Amino acid sequence: MKLVIVAGPPSAGKTAVIRQVIKKFVVSDNPAYLKIDVVKAFEDEELHAEFGIPTRKVYSGDLCPDHMGIMVLKDAIRWAEELKAGMLIIESAGLCLRCTPYTLQAFGIAVLPAVSGSNAPLKMAPLIALADAAVVTKTDLISQAEKEVFRECIRSVVPAIDIIETNAVQGTGMRYLFQAIGRYPGITDADAITLRGTPPLGVCTICMGKKEIGWQHHFGVIRPLEEADNLYRGD
Amino acid sequence: MNCPVHDPVMNPLQQYEITILPGRNRDGRREGFDRIVIRPGHTLSIVGPTGSGKSAFINDIEVLAQDDTVTGRVIQVNGKEPSEELVRDPARKPIALITQNTRVIADLEVARFLALHVHARDTGTEEIISRTIALANEFTGEKITGTMRMTALSGGQTRSLLIADAILIGQTPILLLDEIENAGIHKERVIACLKEYHKAVIFVTHDPYLALITDRRIVMKNGAVAAVLEPGEQEREIIGTISGMDAFLRDLREKIRGGEVIITAGPTPSLRKKTGAPA
Repeated sequence: MKLVIVAGPPSAGKTAVIRQVIKKFVVSDNPAYLKIDVVKAFEDEELHAEFGIPTRKVYSGDLCPDHMGIMVLKDAIRWAEELKAGMLIIESAGLCLRCTPYTLQAFGIAVLPAVSGSNAPLKMAPLIALADAAVVTKTDLISQAEKEVFRECIRSVVPAIDIIETNAVQGTGMRYLFQAIGRYPGITDADAITLRGTPPLGVCTICMGKKEIGWQHHFGVIRPLEEADNLYRGD
Repeated sequence: MNCPVHDPVMNPLQQYEITILPGRNRDGRREGFDRIVIRPGHTLSIVGPTGSGKSAFINDIEVLAQDDTVTGRVIQVNGKEPSEELVRDPARKPIALITQNTRVIADLEVARFLALHVHARDTGTEEIISRTIALANEFTGEKITGTMRMTALSGGQTRSLLIADAILIGQTPILLLDEIENAGIHKERVIACLKEYHKAVIFVTHDPYLALITDRRIVMKNGAVAAVLEPGEQEREIIGTISGMDAFLRDLREKIRGGEVIITAGPTPSLRKKTGAPA
């Protein structure tokens, strides 16, 4: 079974990309789909209704959705394998953009909307850095020149990443993503799957309820203003 | 009316030839043409009512569709399926699309934006940036400078800059222009410049003048090509008249924009010829 993990900011077009992937592989790979979200998600019902594939969702509530994803991934693989699925697609909620939900033995897709501004790839560096492919959506809304500039901005974060430009609703340009997924090997040893990078800490002294301002009052994760340029790349 | 300060550079990319193979209309029926071949220097216009598939047609060309868009068209480069590199490497892609949308997302200074594009295209040095801005200023009456922010440009400025960018930085042999008449730019100057650079140009247009001056006219209907017209000599005669009317309207527009009250519009070229009376 192939594992495909899709991440990206809210409204980037993750589900539109996944819909195209399912459409392409629905017959050959019998895909299953899991959506991880915080409070509300409908994608599982929509995709089940549209393609008749097994789908489910899990709400993370007060837990970081990517932490949630890491917690449940092993169960999800077992669920999909019991259904004899050839492909399991995991869609993250895509919230804080620091996370790298990609694992070993899984094809990682970062979905970035072309309309998000030229600094966006820098802001989402950890999300892109450890992905196998960056899918740039909504390219029909920007000019050729701007598309190329956006591409250049992604390359400034990850020089060698595979960039796929698409209008995901129409499915243009997706053939290269399909080929890359098709070539990617399936899971060989589910017990050996680990995260590709270290996720950011989910608990700090502020999370625990300490209200004092200033790093001098905290411990564990501390950031003085002067060293604030440490770009987090996911490991 | 042309671009005297810029020597057209013959780029090896300009040898590309594009072939469009038919797709299907909205009812799934095959389009009514065998193939449309576009070579350097060719001009085509795409006409048809709103929603007839004009923008989808040029989008197919832009993405070099391989029966993977809703229309099912296939676009060949030099008679065969384009290589993955040609489709995906922007520095090698022979096509630039200037969309109707003149909004810009990149919140960068003009010079910085162009510098990033030069880097992506690998087409020259810093010097090309000032040449691009100078060329854009020939297309628009509102001066553009390198320190302006892209997001602060007007629609006309944005479009002028993107066309100049496609010519000098993109150096693409094929330009797709979606309704440039809407943007308040000197379209005659743009066309003269594109001719000088020997570009293949496809206009999506509702402008009679633009539609008439192109070599071929593609008529769209129900998501598909309904006809490919090559009127040639039949229409040659009328172009002079339409050009006069177009100039008349442009002049009138400038007067209105300049705050003048129009007391007498003056004779339009065609009316003068027939009746001699003011319009």
